[in-house]
Amino acid sequence: MAEREIYLDNAATTKPHPAVVEAMTRALTQEFGNPSSLHRKGLAAERLVKDAREAVARTLDVAPEEIVFTSGGTESNTLALRGVARLSKGRHIVTTAIEHSSVLTPIRRLAEEGYEVTELPVDGEGRVSPDRLAQALRADTILASVMAVNNELGTVQPLEAIGRVILGHAAGGRPVYFHVDAVQAWGKIPLRPKAWGVDLMSISGHKVHGPKGAGALYVRKGVRLAPLLGGGDQEGGIRPGTENVPGIAGLGAAASLLGADLSDVAGRMTDLRDRLRRAIAAIPEVRINTPDRGAAPHILNASFPGVRGETLLHRLEMDGIYTSTGSACHSHDPKPSHVLLAIGLPPDLCTSSLRFSLNRFTTSDEIDAAAAVVARAVADLRTLVR
Amino acid sequence: MPSTFLLRYGEIALKGQNQGFFLETLARNVARAVEDLGPSEVRLAFGRVLVSVEADPEAAAGRLRKVFGVVSFSRVRDVSLDLGTVTSEAVALAEEAVTRQPEIVTFKVDTRRAEKRFPLTSMETSSEVGRAIHERLPQLRARMRDPDLLVRIELRDRAYLSTKTIPGPGGLPYGTGGRALALVSGGIDSPVAAWYAARRGVVIIPVHFHSFPFTSERSKEKVVDLCRVLAQSTGPLDLWVVHFTEIQRAIQTQVKDALRVVVMRRMMMRVCDRLAPRLGALALVTGESLGQVASQTLESIAAINAATTLPVLRPLIGADKTEIMAQAEAIGTYAISIRPYEDCCSLFVPAHPRTQPSLDETQRAEAALDTDALVRDALARSERLRITRSGADPAAIGPVSDRRAEGTR
Repeated sequence: MAEREIYLDNAATTKPHPAVVEAMTRALTQEFGNPSSLHRKGLAAERLVKDAREAVARTLDVAPEEIVFTSGGTESNTLALRGVARLSKGRHIVTTAIEHSSVLTPIRRLAEEGYEVTELPVDGEGRVSPDRLAQALRADTILASVMAVNNELGTVQPLEAIGRVILGHAAGGRPVYFHVDAVQAWGKIPLRPKAWGVDLMSISGHKVHGPKGAGALYVRKGVRLAPLLGGGDQEGGIRPGTENVPGIAGLGAAASLLGADLSDVAGRMTDLRDRLRRAIAAIPEVRINTPDRGAAPHILNASFPGVRGETLLHRLEMDGIYTSTGSACHSHDPKPSHVLLAIGLPPDLCTSSLRFSLNRFTTSDEIDAAAAVVARAVADLRTLVR
Repeated sequence: MPSTFLLRYGEIALKGQNQGFFLETLARNVARAVEDLGPSEVRLAFGRVLVSVEADPEAAAGRLRKVFGVVSFSRVRDVSLDLGTVTSEAVALAEEAVTRQPEIVTFKVDTRRAEKRFPLTSMETSSEVGRAIHERLPQLRARMRDPDLLVRIELRDRAYLSTKTIPGPGGLPYGTGGRALALVSGGIDSPVAAWYAARRGVVIIPVHFHSFPFTSERSKEKVVDLCRVLAQSTGPLDLWVVHFTEIQRAIQTQVKDALRVVVMRRMMMRVCDRLAPRLGALALVTGESLGQVASQTLESIAAINAATTLPVLRPLIGADKTEIMAQAEAIGTYAISIRPYEDCCSLFVPAHPRTQPSLDETQRAEAALDTDALVRDALARSERLRITRSGADPAAIGPVSDRRAEGTR
């Protein structure tokens, strides 16, 4: 195996930042109290949670009270979707064909329970049309759920325009709640839920150098949710259970890192991603699936006709380069990705696709080295498996 | 207090002069199966194996259930050879059983008198004890066929009483049948085939052909997990992971696609042919079932078989897929086998493999391959893992062609 490791699977998960590890270690070894305890040990832990809440809120330009800590993206999505459905009178939900399974599965369960669901198609770049969404809204629509950045393609959805459509519809009758799965967008593109009319937004720590098992849901002030769990009054009763203080402290530390320099970081990542894009596009017969414009800065998806994505992945692994086929949660599933099928990619191009995803610390050396190996590996495999 | 089990064996009883060897091996295997649970004692007596072990009886039974050579066994109470004592113990056992399962309405007493100094015959003992049980539990009726409750009494050096008979796997004691290499792919069939060979007493050395990066590390882990299940019955296994990538590569580039599967299987045979004598193995075991896939037609099997001089054992040759799946389920390998990682057999299968390749055309198709060098290199880059029920250890990594491998002691 190679001595050098180039990790280009950051859309699956990222390496925790030392500041995150430090914050978590502190919460595990020193401030180990229960935030609900009356003594000062409890207070110290409560402060960690409070600081983290403020740090997360700053990244979204929202109030700290609007942040609910959860176990991550899946829980945030499920809480938002089921939490709204339980307290609403309508019967109709709108979403898109390219959502993550942690949105599609809870919505399909709601469909089994009697809700009607409209899954909006996307164009060839994986983008949903605000006009189509406007047409799909009905008098009994309770909820629209649209992701901010698609995890496989990197496509950014027109959330601002969608928000306007939803607000306009709501003006005519009952409100339609707007949920955004921003797990893949947080720290990559500016997120302004308030300005966009978003009611609920899911984020996760481990995609931005934070810990696994810690995430949050933004719940706009005034939006009522039914909790998934029963228990104490932590997180305003919406998410009972003793707080995961180490995870929350790590999430807060990761949020602080995202801080002020987002446009610098995003610009640098975009340059590197485009550099990788040019190098990969030079390989014969390659099809780049990530759109040219309107994509998040960290994702590049490409199909390599004649080569199985899984085989190429393992071949790159031999040279210390880590990538992904489809999204990590279902890459053991031999079925072609629902996202790539939704943009109209033929099944054989779906199974020959690979996703490269960068992080804010990726260097141009790493990109150049990885691109050279990919070109070699594809040529080598094509002589074998045609 | 230790729990005592009485184990019954089948075929071994038919053995002649070498019966002692089979029984000693069985006793040793039984002792090994329970050794980490607590102090134990194993003893051969009157055509039975008696085990007492200071451990949770459920845990001990779980282990004994997997020992090859055991046809059935029971947890027993042993008391002195005295009719009064035997009777009261039998009544007590019947009472316990009825308390546990109030739906019991019929019963039978079955006695075997190996110790002829006991004053009553088997029949007399049964009816005496039966009468006593009926007196205490008048709601129970005696019934000879299919009773709800069977009280078994064995009169030997002591009296052994039981109310439950648990099936064992049968077969012959592991280690009494020589040694064979078992080809294990990660699919459903091959681990079942290896299990059947092991059940006939054959020491198996699993061999896996690994084609990274065409197959993943997880497919290797899958094979390790399959071997861990087999090791519950066999004890520690030495798994050979053969570096098959270069052979696969050579086949892909130098053999026409319709014959690649047959040539690939022939290369596997050649690797085993060279490995077997070094490990003292006398045969190969495969999971082939006649007609299941293109490489398992008689024509294909003939062409594949011609690449080795070793006998190839195919325990599943006449089994249907559903039977194999049911057996895999019973052994405990099925859930592992269906994990979705491809093995090298499925990845390189061409769209239309030949189903009736002749040996002649196969040999022509592989003429360009330097089979000797390929086999040597593959073995030199292979690794060996020691697999126990609890995990895997790299036992030795490196060339096997330059030194005598220690095999599996």
